[in-house]
Amino acid sequence: MSADWEMVIGLEVHCELATATKLFCGCRNSFGDEPNVNICPVCLGLPGSLPVLNEQAVELAMRIGDALHCEIRPSEFARKNYFYPDQAKDYQISQYDRPLNTGGWLELPDGFRVGVTRAHMEEDTGKLTHVGASGRINAALHALVDYNRSGVPLVEIVSEPDIRTVAHARAYASELRGILVATGASDGRMEEGSMRVDANVSVRPAGTSAFGTRCEIKNLNSLRSLGRAMEYEAARQIAVLESGGSVDQQTRHWDESAGRTESMRSKEEANDYRYFPEPDLVPLAPDAAWRERVRAGMGPMPSDRRAQLAAALDGAPTDAEADQIRAVVDLGLDGLVTAAAEAGAPTSLALARAANEVAAQSEAGLSLSATTFAALLAMESGGQLSATQSKAVLGALLERGGGDPAAMAKEMGFEALGADTLSAVVDEVISAHPGEWERFISGEDKLMGMFTGEVMKATSGKANGKEVAAELRRRRG
Amino acid sequence: MSTALALAAEVRSGRRSAREVVEESLAAVAASNGELNAFLTVVGDEARLQADAVDAAVADGRDPGPLAGVPVALKDNLCTRGSLTTCGSRILEGWRPPYDATVVESLRVAGAITIGKTNMDEFAMGSSTENSAFGPTRNPRHPGKVPGGSSGGSAAAVAAGFTLLGLGSDTGGSIRQPAALCGVVGMKPTYGRVSRYGLVAFASSLDQIGPFATTVEDAALLYDVLAGHDPLDSTSLPSVPEPTLASVHDGSEGIRVGLCRDLVDGCSPDVAARVHEAADALAGAGAKVEEISVPEFAYGLSAYYLIAPAEASSNLARYDGVRYGLRVDGEDAAAMNTATRTAGFGAEVKRRVMLGTYALSAGYYDAYYAQAQRVRTLVMQAFDRAYESVDVLLGATAPTTAFDLGAKVDDPMAMYMNDVCTIPSNLSGHPAISVPFGTGDDGLPIGVQVMAPALGEAILFRLARVVEAHAPQAAGS
Repeated sequence: MSADWEMVIGLEVHCELATATKLFCGCRNSFGDEPNVNICPVCLGLPGSLPVLNEQAVELAMRIGDALHCEIRPSEFARKNYFYPDQAKDYQISQYDRPLNTGGWLELPDGFRVGVTRAHMEEDTGKLTHVGASGRINAALHALVDYNRSGVPLVEIVSEPDIRTVAHARAYASELRGILVATGASDGRMEEGSMRVDANVSVRPAGTSAFGTRCEIKNLNSLRSLGRAMEYEAARQIAVLESGGSVDQQTRHWDESAGRTESMRSKEEANDYRYFPEPDLVPLAPDAAWRERVRAGMGPMPSDRRAQLAAALDGAPTDAEADQIRAVVDLGLDGLVTAAAEAGAPTSLALARAANEVAAQSEAGLSLSATTFAALLAMESGGQLSATQSKAVLGALLERGGGDPAAMAKEMGFEALGADTLSAVVDEVISAHPGEWERFISGEDKLMGMFTGEVMKATSGKANGKEVAAELRRRRG
Repeated sequence: MSTALALAAEVRSGRRSAREVVEESLAAVAASNGELNAFLTVVGDEARLQADAVDAAVADGRDPGPLAGVPVALKDNLCTRGSLTTCGSRILEGWRPPYDATVVESLRVAGAITIGKTNMDEFAMGSSTENSAFGPTRNPRHPGKVPGGSSGGSAAAVAAGFTLLGLGSDTGGSIRQPAALCGVVGMKPTYGRVSRYGLVAFASSLDQIGPFATTVEDAALLYDVLAGHDPLDSTSLPSVPEPTLASVHDGSEGIRVGLCRDLVDGCSPDVAARVHEAADALAGAGAKVEEISVPEFAYGLSAYYLIAPAEASSNLARYDGVRYGLRVDGEDAAAMNTATRTAGFGAEVKRRVMLGTYALSAGYYDAYYAQAQRVRTLVMQAFDRAYESVDVLLGATAPTTAFDLGAKVDDPMAMYMNDVCTIPSNLSGHPAISVPFGTGDDGLPIGVQVMAPALGEAILFRLARVVEAHAPQAAGS
């Protein structure tokens, strides 16, 4: 983006709460079931049905508020009225002028703080599937509604328009996702719609303070789309302004395959939601004891866990280690690293292996036992396995869902080479390449790689690279 | 004519079979419902099955419940599993709820027999039952007169002797006013005392289900069955209700009665005269009667006709043709919604949906809905002040006796004025009862209204019983 312009970004994140049942009825809250199996008169909005608030949902919402440093206040539900076929009652029970959580903040890993305006509770709608020749909304012949999602509890987290860069917007979404997972409020799966992000984007000339006209971008299903959509939208708005036009306040839809945003509706077409207090529910005012109980039940947040890992390293983390720490905490693998370190593995090694090889198979990684992991790392740091061998064994362990690292190494033929054997192989390699050896001795260091490679080849990869190098240096004198 | 109390005693003791009672009731309906149109749906076979179950319980020596074998008429806005529930509207024609309202379950547990569903003003909006999509109900006391409304069908069913008990719903007087016009007892409990689960909502913050009966004692008997906490209704009161039947004959000695001028002065002279006679009778029976004025009641009607339509505009949004009831197809979903609602709703419903939508709209909310809520608070505070000096309030139920069919259908304001005496109790959520007390100059029944503070049902029934005992004609004759 041109240095003449600055972006102003605010994010609205909808988070589906990982409760056992829906927000206002006893139906299962479950993703991926057969359509319309988790339904009852309440979540279908049948005449005469009434909502009853789910206590677990309130507790998860309070956890989110707490993790975002919000004030948890006496609140009230309101009806947001609009007609839409996926909306069972043609109104959504939400919170309006008295939300549960207000006035918090979220700190990004680099220390930048984004204000959190509010985090309020509301119910999800049903899911519409347009059926027609092309599957596009406008060409649909009819639509099917799955009410399994109707009444699933949501918390909507609204940020202040504090964000100025796409990188910070992505970091915010990523950090918030980590917090939602850490509180137990959500599984944070963007691709399943557990976490949905809408972005409010405007641009203004660099160095000015007035806000430009914003557009809200919907349908951002991944961090990647979030970044792409904001880049596109900022460029679009800048082009409009630079050509002397003005930006219309609009809601825009991100088309992932076309790579552009498209207008859904303008401000003039926006609904008047006619909010008013929901008369079927009583006000929600968690008392101090309840708030304290919820706070006490919460584990450490991602920022705390990153700090804990960093402190376990010898000295301040390098940039690479900081990245590894972020990745490991995001994936919930920090427990594995800590446990392996406690079992004697070097923290930096555990961190590196967790952030790379384990992370690559994070599903399996979450079930990897810390003892197994620590035992493998001990073999590597003790020189019984080379780094390459250790990674291969780790891959096999993850694939098979565990096992004994020593047995696995043996099975893979990674038995440690005896010092005598290694020495004999080095002798053979030197005598096979006398000319190169002369040049190596006289200072041509880059031949180290060639000799190491030859030794590895001769031992079918069983030699430990570090030991080979040490042996070659010793011979060179 | 017997009473429900006596009838249940006979059935419980085995002197009469529930089946025989039900057959009598069904025969009475068959003989004259064609003329009165009190019932929209009669569920004869189901009623016979219920009766047989009661008789079997008696034969087995099991307790069949306090309402054993007593037929009850249900207003057609109470959900009954598997049987038609129309709310007097085309838009719900053919809809059969998959569940029973909580009150319907309570009746079954108490051994009562539900005979069928009664006519009503569409979605309970009206004071004459002429707003039903299925034709008006006629007043059993005079076939040229309206029975009042909106629960006119249940009032007429009890007045005609089809059943000894009926259920109605009272949002602005919809139980008490038809009770007065038909010459039966009708009572609205404290808001939250009887579950609204399964009552198709008109105005959620005002709606309350209550009993119709021929005697105060029977109304108390039925109220005791209905009252209680329901976890399915968030506005249901958690406290255990005080039984009322046991104290209904305790008299009025020493009780302070406020004869409320504001609920008498605007009424026709014959109605006002009966209220004064009832006050004199109470004084003669040991009550301390004083005249008081609560001028805030004058604003109740205006506040009501903003709050109730506002809530209704949201409650009735769900009748959109998507899931149940009437659907009239259109080009797209919005057109289908419009066509369905245009064809399915009657004029009065449309009028109130539009009024309510307007009152909640951006820019008008504060001037209308919020202002009405402030007036509602003033009315509640006025009640509280009045109850500092008196235990109950006395006034008229309706300003006139039953009027001619068709007399007010083209004049909504004149129709709305019918509710002027009953609305204050809905705004405050307090209990109130209408007791037949003589007749007007036209020979038609007049009702006297007793009002009590929140949860004052026991004293309400006691005072009502004294009024009943001194009525110019013996009750039920």
